[in-house]
Amino acid sequence: MSPPTNSVSSAEPPRIGLERRKPRYGEKVIIGLLAVCAAVSVAVTVGIVFSLVGPTVSFFSEVPLTEFFSFAEWSPLFADGEFGVFEIVAGTLNVTLWAVVVGLPLGLGSAIYLSEYASPRVRRILKPTLEVLAGVPTVAFGFFALTFITPILSDIWPGFLGDGPSIFSAGAAGIAIGLFILPIVASISDDAMTSVPNSLREGAYALGATRLKVATRVVVPAALSGIVASFVLAISRAVGETMVVLIAAGNSPNLTLNPAESIQAMTAFIATTATGDIGVGTLEYETIFAVGALLFVMTMIMNVFAIRLVRKYREVYE
Amino acid sequence: MTTAVRKTQDAAREATVAKLGQIPTGDRIRGLAFKLLVLTSAILGVAGLLALIIQSGVVGAERLNLDLFTQGPSSLAEEGGFLAGILGTLFVIGGVLVTAVPLGIGAAIYLEEFAKKENWFNRLIELNIQNLAAVPSIVFGILGLGLIVRGPIGLGGVAFAGSLTLALLVLPTVILASREALRAVPTSIREGAMALGATRWQAVRHQVLPSAVPGMATGSILALSRAIGETAPLLLVGAAVFVTANPDNPFEGAYTVLPVQIYNYVARPQEEFQVLAAAGIIVLLIVLIVMNSGAIWLRNRFATRW
Repeated sequence: MSPPTNSVSSAEPPRIGLERRKPRYGEKVIIGLLAVCAAVSVAVTVGIVFSLVGPTVSFFSEVPLTEFFSFAEWSPLFADGEFGVFEIVAGTLNVTLWAVVVGLPLGLGSAIYLSEYASPRVRRILKPTLEVLAGVPTVAFGFFALTFITPILSDIWPGFLGDGPSIFSAGAAGIAIGLFILPIVASISDDAMTSVPNSLREGAYALGATRLKVATRVVVPAALSGIVASFVLAISRAVGETMVVLIAAGNSPNLTLNPAESIQAMTAFIATTATGDIGVGTLEYETIFAVGALLFVMTMIMNVFAIRLVRKYREVYE
Repeated sequence: MTTAVRKTQDAAREATVAKLGQIPTGDRIRGLAFKLLVLTSAILGVAGLLALIIQSGVVGAERLNLDLFTQGPSSLAEEGGFLAGILGTLFVIGGVLVTAVPLGIGAAIYLEEFAKKENWFNRLIELNIQNLAAVPSIVFGILGLGLIVRGPIGLGGVAFAGSLTLALLVLPTVILASREALRAVPTSIREGAMALGATRWQAVRHQVLPSAVPGMATGSILALSRAIGETAPLLLVGAAVFVTANPDNPFEGAYTVLPVQIYNYVARPQEEFQVLAAAGIIVLLIVLIVMNSGAIWLRNRFATRW
């Protein structure tokens, strides 16, 4: 930069440009690379759809849709097998039902306790504990269901409900998955409830509300979108859970919601069939993709629904 | 909420109650019952999860020795160990580390710092990442089977195919956590740097990234620990349920991983194998708990408060 000068002799004082001196091609390359990274995540979804569609289409050219979506038996691996997918959809719903019965209320209760009742010290210990426990691998939950929950269930099963669960049961797997989704519900719902501004609580207290009323009539409704989102995420985790049902729920397709019976879930079918010896392009191979596509569509619908719901009911504070 | 705020609230309520009279007994009982209810659910939740850990510990304690780490797979429970699985897990997770972490952080930087929010392509990417987080892991296994193992990429059932499959699975986690970390850096830092003549990239590289590193590291560790515990998708991409030899390298030969080996042992009816499986679960749990606690500690210790 030239120092300011008083001389008026020179015709044009040198101007300092504020624009860039030289084009920075290196930065353009870097930003391009970063954009490629982001695009890969789109490619993954496209890849999932692409990899599912081909074999699924050729599956349905051999098995009519009306047979797939029917209450016929599910025995695709037998010569002359039948393809009534509702039997394994029922298996998945059976397990999910018991997981929901256990996991959602306990998770929401824990979240209300954490956000509205726990002292800061208890909270500082409990919240990270839950977060760490959320990382326990599902194969451990399967082992727990088989060696701990199943024996307890068969001991305390009341006789008037019929025979108790044997080695494999939908109920034991469901309870284990319920424990597995509990930290997810607790953690996300707690985040939603702690972000409700204190002025709402104080306003309610000032009007004479008890702590119970504040929790159930003010904080929970205000945090509803986050709570619902945690529920939907938990349910889609339960639907997609594989190892627990594979280990503890058995492998016999069964159209029932009875927790004492052995069932086959969609994910368990996929895992068992894929680990068996099957050739590419056979009908068995394509069945995996058809069931996978159905599973993908089910969880996708739930997720889109959840995102909509959260957008619609989200309360924005300050 | 801080103690101070809660104390103020309690004091205010006490004062109001003193002025306006007692809380009716019914409200008192209902309040107490509700408090007990939510306290019980918190206790039940933690107790159930602790029971899982204790159960594995009790069952597996007798096999918890060094043989576990030096013995290969065996059809005899007394001789079986997890060496093949541990080696396989190291190969697979190494692969995830070199693919998912750089890719995820790159995507996060682009989306957070450079992308125009109203661009349709960027909104598509964003919607995608949200949706990917809820896709069941076994569907990623099918993707791996159809595209990476047998389809266009055709790697075959080798450890690196497992790495790529898991990398796709944890990519959304890495991206979301890294974006979170970048978003926590205040805009004033970027504006300050650019006002001094830095380009957008220079501001990101020298000002924003250094303060976002702890958050990104936390997210990446959590993603890796999820990948270590993941079993189902690997069953589909060739983590053979029973291997006879240790894997040599990530690009050829059969492989297995620790959780798949545990599954293999759990699924056998003999009690000795249950014990072996429980010992494996303890090893897996220790690794994961150390990693997760480390990640949380890192977040709390090094997170910059603005």
